Amino acid sequence: MNLIAGLVTPTSGTLSWWGGDFATTGGPGRRLGFVFQAPTLMPWARVAANVRLPLDLAGVERTSATASTDAALRQVGLADFARHFPRELSGGMQMRASIARALVTTPDLLLMDEPFGALDEFTRQRLDGELSTLWAARGLTIVFVTHSVYEAVFLSTRVAEMGPRPGRIIADIAIDEPFPRNDDFRVSTTFAQHCRQVSTLIAGADAMA
Amino acid sequence: MNGTEDPSRLLRFAAPALIAVLLVALWQWLVVAYEVPPYIVPSPTVVLRTLIADRALLADALSVTLGIALTALAIATVVGTLVALLFVQSRWIEMSLFPYAVLLQVTPIVAIAPLIIIWVKDTRVALVLCATVVAIFPIIANTTLGLRSADHGLLNLFRMCRASRWQVLLRLRVPGALPYFFGGLRIASGLSLIGAVVAEFVAGTGGQGAGLAYQILLAGMQLNIPRLFAALILIAAAGIALFAATVWLSHAVLSRWHESEAAAPG
Repeated sequence: MNLIAGLVTPTSGTLSWWGGDFATTGGPGRRLGFVFQAPTLMPWARVAANVRLPLDLAGVERTSATASTDAALRQVGLADFARHFPRELSGGMQMRASIARALVTTPDLLLMDEPFGALDEFTRQRLDGELSTLWAARGLTIVFVTHSVYEAVFLSTRVAEMGPRPGRIIADIAIDEPFPRNDDFRVSTTFAQHCRQVSTLIAGADAMA
Repeated sequence: MNGTEDPSRLLRFAAPALIAVLLVALWQWLVVAYEVPPYIVPSPTVVLRTLIADRALLADALSVTLGIALTALAIATVVGTLVALLFVQSRWIEMSLFPYAVLLQVTPIVAIAPLIIIWVKDTRVALVLCATVVAIFPIIANTTLGLRSADHGLLNLFRMCRASRWQVLLRLRVPGALPYFFGGLRIASGLSLIGAVVAEFVAGTGGQGAGLAYQILLAGMQLNIPRLFAALILIAAAGIALFAATVWLSHAVLSRWHESEAAAPG
């Protein structure tokens, strides 16, 4: 994740996307968004100011930045909370603000590092559902890291499992189910089968280690 | 913010006030009951009478001392913040200069004051300088710590957005350092007054433009104990007022977002 975000340089090998060199991020069609494990909002700034931060840092002109911010807030359902401070929001809402901040630059690739790991099960399922809808609407690529097998199967078109020491990809499973996926999918037999397949592979990797 | 928790707020003022009334009453009773002469311990009524009788003299002295303390506090705030900003520019600068800031802090002001007073011609400037030396350290130390304590996740975010050094400083480090800065300011406000009083003691400036400390010194020598008490009370009151002002300022700036100043959620 840090490699893709450019926070760490690879010890060996190269990163490429859309067939090009990775150094060319930031250009049109090459934009990146990032959602961390924690909401990572600036406590002193209102929600709207937090969301528009990437635009402000890039020197985007005021009126268009405000329009993008409003649109991003509406997409995550926080339009009514733009004037609130982060500490006045619940954990789930803070996370949504964080997602809005990642979406405000209209990224082509969204990196999400266990974003809902610290939330309760109900909030997590609701946000998973919303994210799935958002993904279908925006047509962007999301790389989503999670420790939850159910979350991985519910959200993904592709699940890449990583094994420990040395960190590497041990399996690449396609979840070929139609979107939009809703709560019916969550309780279907195909969902359970996919979960079992993923879990078995993890158990196998643990046995080898 | 909201007036819903009135009982606790009322208690916060009422409880210390009640203690004060009880203590003053006890003091008055002890002095009267044991017939303590006023040149040893004056009764509260005598102190109050002196406070009113000498009000012109004491008010002048108070304004001098308070003026020195406030000027010193202002200078310490500006210079201290600038030094802290300089420190966070590079570890090397901080490593080379921080020991000297500590040196300034650990050397007792009573020991440096005579030198400063000899070197600086204008006594008022010398006094302000002494008080500044005392007050500056908490501002430097706290603000530096605050500027360094920027949230790691936010720093990463700024890096990914390719923020310039300047943007990181203004948008992330400075706002994040404010709670620390105000903590330092709170300590510095009291220290500036202490510095002013100590420097006045050492300088011993009398006559026109004498401060409260000199009045205390003089009253002590003349065994004018009621006036000494009156001056003492004024210094304490000035210290409390300074402290309250910084607390209020801190609350005004931080109350909306920082946990230390926020009312209970709900």
